[in-house]
Amino acid sequence: MKTDYSFGDTQTRAALYEDGELAGETMTLNMGPSHPATHGVLRLELELDGDYVTKCDPVVGYLHRGDEKIAENMTYNQFVPYTDRLDYLAPLANNVTFVLAVEKLAGLDMPPRAECIRVLCCELARLSSHLLGMGVYGMDAGAWTAFMYCFTVREQIYTLIEELCGARFTTSYTRIGGMTRDLPDGWLEKVRRFTDEAAKTIDDLDKLMTRNKVFLDRTKDVAVISREDALAYGFTGANARASGIDLDLRRDKPYCGYENYDFEVPLGSVGDCYDRYLVRLEEMRQTLGIIRQCCDRMPDGAWFAEDAKKIYKPTKDKVLTSMEELIQNFMLVTEGPQMPKGEVYFEAENPKGWLGFFIHSKGGGVPYRLKIRGPSFCNLSILPKIVPGWMMSDIPIILGSLDFVLGECDR
Amino acid sequence: MTAKELCETFDYASERALSRDHEAIHVPADKLIACVTALRDEQGYDLLLDVTAIDWGMGTSPRFTGVYHLFHTKSIAYLRVSADATGDAENPVLPSLTDLYPAANWHERETYDMLGIHYEGHPDLRRILMWDGYNYYPLRKEFPLAGHETEMPEPDVVAATEGAINPTAAPMMGGPFVSPQTGNMSTREPRARDESWHETKPKGN
Repeated sequence: MKTDYSFGDTQTRAALYEDGELAGETMTLNMGPSHPATHGVLRLELELDGDYVTKCDPVVGYLHRGDEKIAENMTYNQFVPYTDRLDYLAPLANNVTFVLAVEKLAGLDMPPRAECIRVLCCELARLSSHLLGMGVYGMDAGAWTAFMYCFTVREQIYTLIEELCGARFTTSYTRIGGMTRDLPDGWLEKVRRFTDEAAKTIDDLDKLMTRNKVFLDRTKDVAVISREDALAYGFTGANARASGIDLDLRRDKPYCGYENYDFEVPLGSVGDCYDRYLVRLEEMRQTLGIIRQCCDRMPDGAWFAEDAKKIYKPTKDKVLTSMEELIQNFMLVTEGPQMPKGEVYFEAENPKGWLGFFIHSKGGGVPYRLKIRGPSFCNLSILPKIVPGWMMSDIPIILGSLDFVLGECDR
Repeated sequence: MTAKELCETFDYASERALSRDHEAIHVPADKLIACVTALRDEQGYDLLLDVTAIDWGMGTSPRFTGVYHLFHTKSIAYLRVSADATGDAENPVLPSLTDLYPAANWHERETYDMLGIHYEGHPDLRRILMWDGYNYYPLRKEFPLAGHETEMPEPDVVAATEGAINPTAAPMMGGPFVSPQTGNMSTREPRARDESWHETKPKGN
């Protein structure tokens, strides 16, 4: 099954090997869905000439779970746990993006405390995702220590998240109209102490990898994605910024109160694997800055929209004692939060790129059509273009630099 | 540009009233390529974010509407473009945007896979999320949530291996967290709607 695209510069290099002195035929190698370096269940059908890749055809869909079909049968709140499992390395960020999309449909505004908690959750998720991405990237390149350092910090993040919402991983912390529960007492001080430790680890990671000769040799000028290519293939997020596209939804089209925070957006120039690593490293530091600002200025107040009577569940004590809240609870649980007719498309700056939700609603508590635009799906489509021409041992480097996750790609 | 200005620029476009957030225009399918080319080259919408489609259900006409989301990187603005698919309800057709935006390649493959919309001019239109031999289009409204039973293993595999491959029970089968493997899909899957009208035979016989 050969795909025949017409490629740019990287493929002309591969064509040299095809038209030049070929020692024999090309070999077809399957880098199967079960592989330690493919970051999930990604299958690559490779055609190799010796060590060099001449064709690369990714096969995705091994993690397809039918989320969009399921969404047509679930109320909006019932779908929140499914969003955890999209980018499962940053579940809090997915939760927030989904409820922001639904709240856009409903036209709801959140009180400042809810917005601040959501920003804090998103940034913790971003830190967790980048730590894993760069730790595993180091491991793919051979730097085991980097991986261990990153995962130690991630364990601390998981402990924090477990105290926040009960689960390390599948958080489901947001609801349409607010959060599930308020922050635990003393949690913000723990987050603040954690940021100091995380800053030290990011510095350690920097010292280990950024000037490391082996890492530089493996990643510098490998798989350069030009700005035009990145735009053409729908790249967003850190991958796009590494290629020189200066776009960050948190700064350019702020949502959820991001305009109140002070942070910079790193921009790359070359667009090679090393740039993608550098951009994420600096993003981690900026994220720590935002987390500290959230902890400092967490406003008091409600963590849910108090005027959203038909959307956010009333508190349990009122439900058990008052008739009106009992009915509201009943209607919300059985029929779901009632949304107006119309369609919205909301994107947020998730760690992997721009996660978008397109909701077409015909009224009622269940969406008519929900499309999840997973950034990893878009990022992976460039693989047939950039992998050919490089050696097979460059493949984990290229895959690791794109930092995708198959949960969002396959949904 | 706002939808109103765009509709003046492109006289075949109309405003899409359903949109609650971004500017949205609706164009006929035969003008889609011309419109998107002009949007990209003249108006500056250089990023294609999403290609999807909506199924309005059996018996509606037109049955499918393709929805595209474009992004203007300089002015940070979204635009939604929709176009009704031509062709009949079982074989809808839309033109492919792959020449304009390579990003559309995989998105159109996914929409073809899930909804069965054939994109004319696509270089490599094959399934992307389901396997190649799959016979259904899962996101169509008549496809049940619990899915259709498919022959596993495929008949050609059984013939080629002379019956040597037997489907083995996966781990945890028969345990408390797994639904029973015999019977109709509507009894096996607790959340399935009433699918008995289309079930052919219970599994395990």
